[in-house]
Amino acid sequence: MPELHDLTIHEAHDLLRTKKVSSVELTRAVLERIRKVEPRVRAFVTVTEEQALQDAHAADQRIVRGDIAPLTGIPMQLKDVLNTKDIRTTCSSKMLEDYVPVYDATVVTKLKTQSPVLLGKGNMDEFAMGSSTENSAFHPTHNPWDLTRVPGGSSGGSAAAVAAGEAFFSLGSDTGGSIRQPAALCGVTGIKPTYGRVSRYGLIAFASSLDQIGPLTKDVEDCAMVLSAIAGHDTNDSTSISNTVPDYRKSLTQDVRGLRLGVPKEYFGEGFEPGVEQAVHKAIDTFRHLGAQVEECSLPLTKYGLPVYYIIAPSECSANLARFDGVKYGHQYKGQGTMWDVMEMSRREGFGPEVRRRIMLGSYALSAGYYDAYYLKAMKVRTLIRQEFEEAFKRYDAIITPTTPSIAFKLGEKTADPVAMYKSDICTIPINIAGIPCISIPCGFSDGMPVGMQVMSKALGEETIFRVAHAYQQATDWHKRRATL
Amino acid sequence: MEWETVIGLEVHAQLLTQSKMFCACPADYQDAPPNTRVCPVCLGMPGTLPVINRRAVEYVIMTGLAVNCEINEHTFFDRKNYPYPDLMKGYQISQFPMPIAKNGWMDLEVEGHTKRVGITRIHLEEDVAKMMHIHEPTGESYSLIDVNRSSVPLMETVSEPDMRSPEEARQYLTKLQSILRFIGVSTADMEKGSFRCDANVSIRPKGSTTLGAKVEVKNMNSTRSVARAIQFEVERQIKVLEQGGRIIQETRGWVEERGLTVSQRSKEVASDYRYFPEPDLPPLVISREQVNTLRKALPELPDALRERFMAQYALPAYDARQLTATRAMAQFFERTVGGNKGRAKAVSNWIISELSRLLAAAQKEVDDYPEATLKTWSTGINQMIELVDAGTISSTQAKAVFDEVFTTGKEPTAIVQEKGLAQVSDTSTLKTIIDDAIAGNPQAVADYKAGKDTAMKFLVGQVMKLSKGKANPGLVNGLLKGKLESLKG
Repeated sequence: MPELHDLTIHEAHDLLRTKKVSSVELTRAVLERIRKVEPRVRAFVTVTEEQALQDAHAADQRIVRGDIAPLTGIPMQLKDVLNTKDIRTTCSSKMLEDYVPVYDATVVTKLKTQSPVLLGKGNMDEFAMGSSTENSAFHPTHNPWDLTRVPGGSSGGSAAAVAAGEAFFSLGSDTGGSIRQPAALCGVTGIKPTYGRVSRYGLIAFASSLDQIGPLTKDVEDCAMVLSAIAGHDTNDSTSISNTVPDYRKSLTQDVRGLRLGVPKEYFGEGFEPGVEQAVHKAIDTFRHLGAQVEECSLPLTKYGLPVYYIIAPSECSANLARFDGVKYGHQYKGQGTMWDVMEMSRREGFGPEVRRRIMLGSYALSAGYYDAYYLKAMKVRTLIRQEFEEAFKRYDAIITPTTPSIAFKLGEKTADPVAMYKSDICTIPINIAGIPCISIPCGFSDGMPVGMQVMSKALGEETIFRVAHAYQQATDWHKRRATL
Repeated sequence: MEWETVIGLEVHAQLLTQSKMFCACPADYQDAPPNTRVCPVCLGMPGTLPVINRRAVEYVIMTGLAVNCEINEHTFFDRKNYPYPDLMKGYQISQFPMPIAKNGWMDLEVEGHTKRVGITRIHLEEDVAKMMHIHEPTGESYSLIDVNRSSVPLMETVSEPDMRSPEEARQYLTKLQSILRFIGVSTADMEKGSFRCDANVSIRPKGSTTLGAKVEVKNMNSTRSVARAIQFEVERQIKVLEQGGRIIQETRGWVEERGLTVSQRSKEVASDYRYFPEPDLPPLVISREQVNTLRKALPELPDALRERFMAQYALPAYDARQLTATRAMAQFFERTVGGNKGRAKAVSNWIISELSRLLAAAQKEVDDYPEATLKTWSTGINQMIELVDAGTISSTQAKAVFDEVFTTGKEPTAIVQEKGLAQVSDTSTLKTIIDDAIAGNPQAVADYKAGKDTAMKFLVGQVMKLSKGKANPGLVNGLLKGKLESLKG
């Protein structure tokens, strides 16, 4: 039998349900794992050991009563961008180093109805801005497959924690690839749901029209279980979708025979590592063997994804981060000066360089005289990109691409070159711009590092995605490989 | 040179909704202790999201319809970015390119003429928190923030630069206040800050069609101070130009105690608010059905009501205007008249002279009183009219009785009886009293017989005295004269 911390949620759930293991035992095993590997991985900003054991006891009492939900007693981590009442929520920023929220994010409230176990808060790029978790104001996170490499970002702490067996699952947030890119680089499964499928209430906003919360897990089945728990309409989020949430696990029983899969040529070629392409091509062959109709297609607007993103996301972030002014909460400048000095210096001291860069980019793009040329133009191109995907999904049930152009890079390799860093999100960004759902699943290795593949579908097409991704995982065992630490 | 004044007004009115613009906190904060009407949303805490108050949207549509605006079918909210400690999110959710209502107008009556003032737009936004700057006697100074007001629904109405005098501006404001109160969307109280006005004032040579540099005047807390501030500003600008100076486009604050405006900050470099559509809110679609439903539900507006009162009750224009000052007053008038249209003028007189005087003294409005009280007043006024008509009491007495009805809430007939105020009109009782008066004053009777007219007056006085003032003077005159003449016999 594998060690407890290596189990999936559904495996652990079966043990809990049949009372072969208690939540306290499960929790202790994971806390022990954290003690053992966390000094090397550094996936957490805060470990809430006491809270975890309390939660585990409560879950066990529930299980004894025969009242067990899919996530009851399952130890989890939450990215530190999600508000947790009475538990420090930092966004990995000096600005919120001591910030303790007075309320729970809607996803946290929803999870709590199932009595999971909160292990702590996941490290991330500051305010979810970055692709390597090196922008954390506290410390970088290391890739469990190779500690000299980055785990990706911004949900690097989430992906690394799941890959290292430090949590059964984690919730991340994805604005331009922040769930899928680290999931790919750490060899785990992560889904960015349809924009609006999961409430954003309590997610500290980076770019409101792109942000979406989603799970990072060890396999597709776990991903479906967690998404079923957190999805749904929320009266506190006017952009959330009111359609009822299906039980996503039910979509896992079907195969892919007869499904039409598109493979856009723009996601291969120049800039992509051969090892990554080979792994994805092999995965596409697997789908052919499984009976899917695979066809090459073209999404010519893909190249505009990155420039559009770097107008819209910084513009929205420049407003979203305006509230951090040292007046009400968060870091406050302690020197002498006027009210204006305090506000300005609090921001200068509290925000790291990447956050400051994006605030400046966004303020510039929205300025009078530039608005039409940048923001308005970007919004128009956004509509075109969305329409291009809509057209494609008239022909295909799902589209398959690599998640990243390369495997995990070395720590420090791209920190001096923001544009090189931005390009690592080239495959993930267009999906946020279109607002469609997309999963990243492990599909092989290159140089001993995991490679990820994206499966995307039309808006609210999560069931198709789960069906395709699960069929792949039934036929392969990449998702069962564990990093040795 | 002859100058023409050009005035445009921007009015911010807080809306009378139950909850705030984007959260469930109560919007009524005036009497609440600081920072007790707050939640994570209106505190702008990280991760919170706004939810549109549908009632506030309806109120803006209703206002738009009341001032002849078009209602945009597709509209949305924008973020207006500027840093200030009273702005919890660092941006204000407002509307920029697509207001809910646009292209309306109001007609004003100025010196006997009708003056039409255009309304450019009406949009919805949120109020900001309140900052208090404290200067301790020790020399220490600091600022406090009360977040209760943060995110209270605020409606901004922008006029065209159509007004040409402080009086027109004053009338515009009074009329807008009256409309907002009539349709029940705002208390429109300038002193309490639920109705705030900024005036854009410029001057130009008479006959010129280009606009002069405009000065925005702020800080007025009554319609009267708006008119005064504009008057001052016009005179100041004329003086500057006639001395060869140049008007600087700027914001100036009105200082009530000193009766002048002072420069606040230069607006020559317009602030850049970096507006962009609010991504946390879906676009606002206002269906034509909704607009029609709200249009049908609109109460009769002051202008229409005034005209109806003049036509239906044959009231003079002055009376009709007074009676339609508030919706509650108009309703009170109509319920008091009831089906008895012939009594309309008498009721109007009672309301305009007596009731208005008593209300003013009590510093109250009709709608400050409960239904039961209004009913008593209505009955009271009708009974007063009847008692005076029947000669039971004099009109002076009637006023005293109504005073008491107003202060005690008692039934008027009860007061008349209690005070024994009813006039004695019973002939036999009066004859007895007259007999007593004649018997007690032989000298006066002799004088009367000798032809002295003053004797008659004296004897009437004696009768009134004996009756403790209750004798019906008209009857006494006739009866006394008859008796004296018969004695002459």
